[in-house]
Amino acid sequence: MHSQSFKSPFIPNTSEDRASMLAEVGAQSIDELFEDIPSEYRHPELGLPEPLSEMEVIKKMNSLAIKNLHAGNYLNFLGAGAYQHFCPSVVPFLVTRGEFLTSYTPYQPEVSQGTLQGTYEFQSLTAELFGMEVSNAGMYDGATSLAEAALMACRVTKRNQITVLDTVNQRYIDTIRAYAMPQALEVNLVSAENLDLNADTSCLISQYPNFYGCIEEMQTLSDLAHSRGALFVMSCDPIALAMFKTPGDFGADIATGEGQALGVPLSFGGPYVGIFTCRKDYLRQMPGRISGKTTDSNGKTGYVLTLQPREQHIRRENATSNICTSTALIALWATVYSSLMGKHGLRRVADLCYQKSHYAASEIAKLPGYSLVNDRTFFQEFVVSCPKDFETTNYGLEKAGILGGYDVSDKYHNGMLICVTEVATKTDIDHLVETLGAISQNG
Amino acid sequence: MDEAPILHENALNRRRLLMERSRPGRTGVALPDSDVPPQLNPEASMLRQDLDLPEVTEGEVVRYFTHLSQLNFSIDTHFYPLGSCTMKYNPRLNETIAANPGFSMSHPAQPAHQIQGALEVIHTLQSFLSKVSGLPGVSLSPLAGAQGELSGVLTLRAALNDRGQGHRKKMLIPDTAHGTNPASAAMAGFDVISIGSGPDGNIDLDSIRAEANSDLAGVMFTQPTTLGLFDKKAIEMCEIVHQAGGLVYGDGANMNALLGRVKLGHLGFDVVHMNLHKTFSTPHGGGGPGAGPICVTEELSKFLPGPIATTNELTKLYELTMPEKTIGRSGAFQGNFGVLVRAFTYISLLGNQGMLDISGNAVLNANYLLAKLRDLYELPYDRKVMHEVVFSAKKRLGASALDISKRLLDYGFHAPTMYFPLVVAEALMIEPTETESKETLDAFIEVLHQIDLEAAQDSSFLHEAPYNTPLSRLNEAKAARNPELRWNKAN
Amino acid sequence: MPVPEDRLYSKEHEWALIQSDGSVIVGITDFAQHELGDVVYLELPSQGANVIQHQQMGEIESVKAVSEVFSPVSGVVLEVNTSAQDSPELVNSSPYEEGWLIKVQPSDEAELKSLLDAKDYVALTE
Repeated sequence: MHSQSFKSPFIPNTSEDRASMLAEVGAQSIDELFEDIPSEYRHPELGLPEPLSEMEVIKKMNSLAIKNLHAGNYLNFLGAGAYQHFCPSVVPFLVTRGEFLTSYTPYQPEVSQGTLQGTYEFQSLTAELFGMEVSNAGMYDGATSLAEAALMACRVTKRNQITVLDTVNQRYIDTIRAYAMPQALEVNLVSAENLDLNADTSCLISQYPNFYGCIEEMQTLSDLAHSRGALFVMSCDPIALAMFKTPGDFGADIATGEGQALGVPLSFGGPYVGIFTCRKDYLRQMPGRISGKTTDSNGKTGYVLTLQPREQHIRRENATSNICTSTALIALWATVYSSLMGKHGLRRVADLCYQKSHYAASEIAKLPGYSLVNDRTFFQEFVVSCPKDFETTNYGLEKAGILGGYDVSDKYHNGMLICVTEVATKTDIDHLVETLGAISQNG
Repeated sequence: MDEAPILHENALNRRRLLMERSRPGRTGVALPDSDVPPQLNPEASMLRQDLDLPEVTEGEVVRYFTHLSQLNFSIDTHFYPLGSCTMKYNPRLNETIAANPGFSMSHPAQPAHQIQGALEVIHTLQSFLSKVSGLPGVSLSPLAGAQGELSGVLTLRAALNDRGQGHRKKMLIPDTAHGTNPASAAMAGFDVISIGSGPDGNIDLDSIRAEANSDLAGVMFTQPTTLGLFDKKAIEMCEIVHQAGGLVYGDGANMNALLGRVKLGHLGFDVVHMNLHKTFSTPHGGGGPGAGPICVTEELSKFLPGPIATTNELTKLYELTMPEKTIGRSGAFQGNFGVLVRAFTYISLLGNQGMLDISGNAVLNANYLLAKLRDLYELPYDRKVMHEVVFSAKKRLGASALDISKRLLDYGFHAPTMYFPLVVAEALMIEPTETESKETLDAFIEVLHQIDLEAAQDSSFLHEAPYNTPLSRLNEAKAARNPELRWNKAN
Repeated sequence: MPVPEDRLYSKEHEWALIQSDGSVIVGITDFAQHELGDVVYLELPSQGANVIQHQQMGEIESVKAVSEVFSPVSGVVLEVNTSAQDSPELVNSSPYEEGWLIKVQPSDEAELKSLLDAKDYVALTE
């Protein structure tokens, strides 16, 4: 589209408007308003493409989207931190309503009760799901939530070592390291066989289920951490918590998680929502925003952002975190999803994930050359050791219309971490099993 | 356990909570039975005992959340002149594109060859922002402005360490800076030194010179400033800092004023962060999600947070890589892709000409408000502004910035930013953006004059505003003294 | 609210009231509570803890700010005002009486000389 004919559909000012406003302002032209910028720097060649019409943009973006293989047109057995769960159709209709989509952080609570009450519901739902006393309004994602938990543990215990189990998601461990580094906090990796906690440890961090899908001995870990005066921190899958014992049951001090599992689109990695819960005792050390109940001057119930002094915009240098914008809309998505699923729906989803993944695992284990690596209870993911290397196996799956699991061959020989959720039918799973069988037989 | 919960609020209360609507036996979704042979369940001792979540139907959920949404002000419904937030209209094209299954159903951990479309979006958006900023290195991985800012400061620190200058601890920050600036600097291990402005609102270069020694790590500077002013002294400031061996971080929150007019990289900034949910129209969502990409010089590129999209020399395919000496991951995956794709769509639509239209109209609108309100409020700095204008309400006897802001709500305008920057007493920071019409601005001006008349007649009237909003002023002290942060059976 | 003459003051807006048994009651001034706004939470040292003159002994949180509280004297904490902890609004409504913070057994009487009397404190806040 030729740029001279370009007229933005978003700018109301007509040339008459502009002339009239310039007269009020006392300037001859808009360019004059930029005269504070020295002329040698002003108006550089921008170098972006020329404008397009909406129709042309749609065509262009479609041609990019089509270059992706995705869970909409392939069978998806990939998990590893992002999970495909069924989302009821009505969710986007509510969440993308303009009043939610285009509102701002609720600094004027009188006109933001939709957001604030929605946030209160999110806090209630996640606290209940996690079995913990308090939950905040959400953080960027599960990884940064866990990293913030580690920092909080150091503040609370006044110690500067963070101990992490090596069965935690490596990307999460990397994120913890990125957060710990500027504050000169140490990050130690330990294994279940070698749980080395010393007097400097602020916390023991675990994942539930762990990265390889297994449920570990959380009570033992919790007791160990507490016996050393450290906090016990758990990073949890929210759907698994609909079925299994909760961090609250294990006496966890802080429990975090990735809210994407609550029906949020995969969206190539974001935006997601980090869940952050903890014991009431630590409330004033908790990062992020919180919505609290109160009343207005007429006695009506309402909600406000509370305990704000902990945040950067008041405490500045001493803030407990510098988080500002987080992911309110995604928290709302997870809230609406959880409302629809409710007490029984979430449990049913968890059951289906459990049943189907176990069926898949047992069928794959029957294939010659394939073996299950897990010996413990698992939820929806399991590691399979394959006869062929990961790339060959994954490519074979791709050709059969399947997105294969995650490459864990760095830890397990030809290892693939396979995830089966409630969206997989028996037919889908049988197709996966058949294809894996065929791959091992091809020369 | 399964008794009907006692309703303590009438069913006519449309704001009652989910758990107050819940009835045993209701459900909001139909799920299938398992179609696989029954598998052995885990031991009962591993399972949770109860799960107190609501049981409500889809229709109830729709009514509830629809009603809640109607309690919000939003850009779609109201003029939202929040300074420094750039509340411009959020195009729905962005939403349609982001919901394309090719984007929304791509899994972030798929092998690169399967998701070339997504990687091309990231790679191309990197280059778009590089062009806007005039800086070659770009990372789109930070998940919000504050995280981008912290990453920017850490990148700066990594560069100093790499140069053998890790002993430099002093970070100079103007006293007008956004609160995240000193918080980020402190989190990165720097000592924050506050720098004042001159009577023209520009940075006091003598204060900069006084700190320009071998302890100086650098400066964090917002351009245009939070006073809405283009500070041309910042150019010399960058030179002074560079000569002393420091680096300059640019807070690009106010980029809306500069699109196509100047490139911050040309002015001497070494690191610039941007807010896609401000300048590039991705929706604010009531508090996120956002994205806070950073752009850096060639020297600093190797320290960027990751991953970033690069092209493989051999295969020519796009892939994700971690920069050579990266400061680390921003999160589990590669940034808020859904937000990136919206910004990409927006830039593709508007192009070069569109960027100029944005900055030109945004700046004109702000100056128009300045011209029409300068007789009503005190203008701390009497000069042309960029995309926002800061007034002081302090001469309006009896009506504080808070009172005026609350009364504005009654007239159907969201309040401007209040009490920021801290250096201006009773500050009102107004940013109209380019997507507001002259009629809206004129109405806003008229209402502010009206409120002033009301205050002159009876200032106590304003103290109790707002009157026409879903709720009146809320008791924040009560919320903080007795925090009630979740639904409880006892409530 | 007039500044009571019966006690001493620090530059950081705390007051110190010397009891007949030599112990010192500590609180913040009316000026301080006014600056802070509605007080919502008190973080105070526990009984038996040591405090040091002019060093931070705790925090007072209001809806809009968190302020460090500095001890005007060095010594050992004898008593903490639990009523004020339960009802922090007492610090706003009665900063010199019911809103007291801690009672200290001072370790060095000479320190008191460095504090201000009511007249000098009033001059400071003008």
